[in-house]
Amino acid sequence: MAELQPARCWRTGFFFCLLLFLSVASGSLVVVSGSNETSGGPAGDTPEDPHHQTNSTTHKKAFPVLSFNYQDVRKPFVISLWILLALLMKLGHRAVMILIGWLNLSFTESLAALRLICSVQLLLTRAGPTSCPNALLDNKEPSVTHVVSSRHETQGLHDGFHIIPNISNVVPESCLLIGVGLLVGGIIKAIGEEAPVLDTKLFFHYLLPPIILDAGYFLPIQAFMENMGTILVFAVVGTLWNVFFIGGMIFAVCQIEGVQLAGVDLLSCLLFGSIVSAVDPVAVLAVFEEIQINELLHILVFGESLLNDAVTVVLYHLFEEFSHAGTVTVLDGVLGVVCFFVVSLGGVMVGAIYGLLGAFTSRFTTHTRVIEPLFVFLYSYMAYLSAEVFHLSGIMSLIACGVMMRPYVEANVSHKSYTTIKYFLKMWSSVSETLIFIFLGVSTVAGPHAWNWTFVISTVILCLVSRVLGVIGLTCIINKFRIVKLTKKDQFIVAYGGLRGAIAFSLGFLLTDNERKNMFLTAIITVIFFTVFVQGMTIRPLVELLAVKKKKESKPSINEEIHTQFLGHLLTGIEDICGHYGHHHWKDKLNRFNKAYLKKWLIAGERSTEPQLISFYNKMEMKQAMMLVESGSAAKLPSILPSVSMQNIQQRGSGNRRAIPSISKSREQEIRKILRSNLQKTRQRLRSYSRHDLMIDPFEDNVSEIRFRKQRVEMERRMSHYLTVPTNRQETPSVRKVCFEPEHQVFTYDNSESPRDPRARPDPGPLDAISLVSESQGPNQSREPRAKVPEEQEEQDQLKLSRCLSDPGPNQEEDLS
Amino acid sequence: MGASQTRAEHQYQDLADKTGFSFEQIKNLYQRFQQLSGNEETISRANLDSMPALANNPIRKQIIGAFFDKRNQHQDEVGSCDQIGFEQFLMVMSHFRPPNLRTTDEEKEAMRKEKLRFLFNMHDSDNDGTITLAEYRKVVEELMSKSGEIGQETAKAIADAAMLEVASINVPNMGPEEFYEGITFEHFEEILKGLEMESRMHIRFLDVDTLTMRCGKSQS
Repeated sequence: MAELQPARCWRTGFFFCLLLFLSVASGSLVVVSGSNETSGGPAGDTPEDPHHQTNSTTHKKAFPVLSFNYQDVRKPFVISLWILLALLMKLGHRAVMILIGWLNLSFTESLAALRLICSVQLLLTRAGPTSCPNALLDNKEPSVTHVVSSRHETQGLHDGFHIIPNISNVVPESCLLIGVGLLVGGIIKAIGEEAPVLDTKLFFHYLLPPIILDAGYFLPIQAFMENMGTILVFAVVGTLWNVFFIGGMIFAVCQIEGVQLAGVDLLSCLLFGSIVSAVDPVAVLAVFEEIQINELLHILVFGESLLNDAVTVVLYHLFEEFSHAGTVTVLDGVLGVVCFFVVSLGGVMVGAIYGLLGAFTSRFTTHTRVIEPLFVFLYSYMAYLSAEVFHLSGIMSLIACGVMMRPYVEANVSHKSYTTIKYFLKMWSSVSETLIFIFLGVSTVAGPHAWNWTFVISTVILCLVSRVLGVIGLTCIINKFRIVKLTKKDQFIVAYGGLRGAIAFSLGFLLTDNERKNMFLTAIITVIFFTVFVQGMTIRPLVELLAVKKKKESKPSINEEIHTQFLGHLLTGIEDICGHYGHHHWKDKLNRFNKAYLKKWLIAGERSTEPQLISFYNKMEMKQAMMLVESGSAAKLPSILPSVSMQNIQQRGSGNRRAIPSISKSREQEIRKILRSNLQKTRQRLRSYSRHDLMIDPFEDNVSEIRFRKQRVEMERRMSHYLTVPTNRQETPSVRKVCFEPEHQVFTYDNSESPRDPRARPDPGPLDAISLVSESQGPNQSREPRAKVPEEQEEQDQLKLSRCLSDPGPNQEEDLS
Repeated sequence: MGASQTRAEHQYQDLADKTGFSFEQIKNLYQRFQQLSGNEETISRANLDSMPALANNPIRKQIIGAFFDKRNQHQDEVGSCDQIGFEQFLMVMSHFRPPNLRTTDEEKEAMRKEKLRFLFNMHDSDNDGTITLAEYRKVVEELMSKSGEIGQETAKAIADAAMLEVASINVPNMGPEEFYEGITFEHFEEILKGLEMESRMHIRFLDVDTLTMRCGKSQS
């Protein structure tokens, strides 16, 4: 441990230096290019142009072996640099976490938080003065000097991280990223140039959609629908309450003598209230993902943050309009209410239409698998943009699109496409999130501030008070209607989880009234920082202190799935007998409609009629197969897999009958034929390179080989179970292999890549196994039970086989974090 | 008139104590009961069988069976009856009451047990205390009975996998010679631990007249 430490220290230090260098470089590149554009543009070109011409006319200039033209690639270059910076920050964050995890020093957590804040503050104060003179001295090469000067700082920061144990438990990633943003902003400012701010267009058009789409696509739809009423009440009534309470109280504060706020009128206060009162989905996601809270609370807070977008959009436009016009009539109020319905329902409509289109398109992509994921992304993005065109709620549109599209797309696309969609969504959203938080930090340093103590402090306090009052008041009403009541703890977490974030900042940035804009913006930033830092950091200890129920770790088992379905039907039945149409009744109706029409139109092939339980079962088998592959060496197998086999469960009498429903001669031939033709096809396809198809890499080849070996070990192990009870056929190994047919797992294991299966050569895979089947038909005692194979069994096998050879459903169980 | 009124009140009080329903809920359910029975004193299987709303329910048989199962009457009797009166009807319904804010943890636990017992009894058709593989297969088959051919064929495999799972969860190290009899109630509790039955297995019993008002469902 002690030996390793310096090396690790050095490495992390180096890492941070690299990060800082990159950040400085990206900052300075923006700066350099900016100054080039303004000053060196037309003036610099004029002397060169004639020179060029004369050169070309008089004598031929030597071919430039190395030329420099940064201007052409400036924009993409800077963008990539920023993204790279964001990614490295994220990586750095993780690296630090791992590092801290190793160094378990014995400090209390509270001390840790304190120290971190101190060290960050120290850094911030130090970053300014020490680097300023340097920057003024040589503006040409700021990056070099700053790396040197900031080296000590990073070392300090690094040491700070070193001493503090379990920092990852205390500080959410969002806080660290904002901290990094502040640092980068400080450095850029110290160079003496203007730092880039979080541009509203950039934010709403490029950074926000990936996060929302990711959230919408993976929205736990059942929990969302079950709590729809509560979420809507919080999102609509709660937000309205917050807006008017904060706006009104702020106005009251402004009336107090001697605080230099006399010029602020009621409408601007309300406008400010509408900006600052909405809970932010990005911030909520970032914090709540880390604390792993139970699904109900998560969906309540997160759902609210998604749905209050419509309210915010309407109120924002309304108040902005009014504050220009100056007067408000009753008619305006009524129109505002109408507008709210148009904005929210219109957004959902637009999203749903695009979602259906997307689902319908995915029905026909069987032959062009590589472009499947793009359809999902593009339709969703189009939904968002289309909604924005009419000033509808883009967020709701995106959510509706994702929710609508998902079940059908999942059934239609191949397993690989599904994985691609999932990874791309996660990747984009995590990059966006990182960028947003970094930009938030940078913009804080960059932006013009007008600090007014009274205004800022009253804003923060009012935000907290109105949130708490709103949640408590609304829960009183909601609990009358809810069956699962919200407890005091739940209320506290919902109130405390109301984080504000970058949406508020961007909206504040859009304000045109520049007299008070700066003051408003400063207050908004303070509220954001307060919620993200103070609430975000303390929510985890509080959750643990209050022993709030955490998220369930395990994935649903097959028994749970069976009983979930059973319960659904049971409750529907009981409701029907009771004679009133509740939640379950409508859910059942919707399901039936979905099965009867939508699935038929939107899902290709036989999968459209597949019941949910069967798809769940298939997914589960798939997952088990994957686990088997990933589980390392064959020696480990028994510990992972259940050591109970079907034989233990079967009645002893009937056990013999079921244990070996094996294959007849003709059936075997059939299977062989299918397999062989498939293999030949694979070979043919492998020979030609296709730009539109994925090539199989050698690694995958390896994996599949391992997979087969494991399967065989597994099968043999299982067979040994099968054969323990009927003692008369224990000794022949070939028989054992026959038996794995009823489990039909040989085929399900690798069906994700069945058409382009890497097993191009005659492999020990299924083909081998099948050939063993025929061999085992030879003289041995176990023939007797196999002789009387029922016809149905055969048909069933055929079905299974065909199903296994086709592309399976996506595997939901894989975990992404 | 007055006498019958007080008698009904008294009877309601009795039922309310037994089942935990409120007067309004009992009144509503009584109306429904009369509607179903055709103003008779009792309901027979045929009454429920002919309900059009149930026609599409895949587990219709089990649901109806549960109403006529004596095990669900909070008494120690077994077997099934052909006719049930209002009290028995209410008893079955009482298994679907939701917990409220004042329910303590112990009460919740008892509630969960009771609800699980109801489900268990639905599966355990021969009342021998275990759900055997055959019984479990039947459950899954019924569940898939509305999904055509494929459903029926896969049902067996699913039931087998589920049974295997139960066995491997509850008896992790089973020797090859041992034999798993079936799911006992303890095992049943174990496998459905994650489902939070106490808060999930409920329906909304309306407090107001069902025929005049049909709202309130949007709030859940």
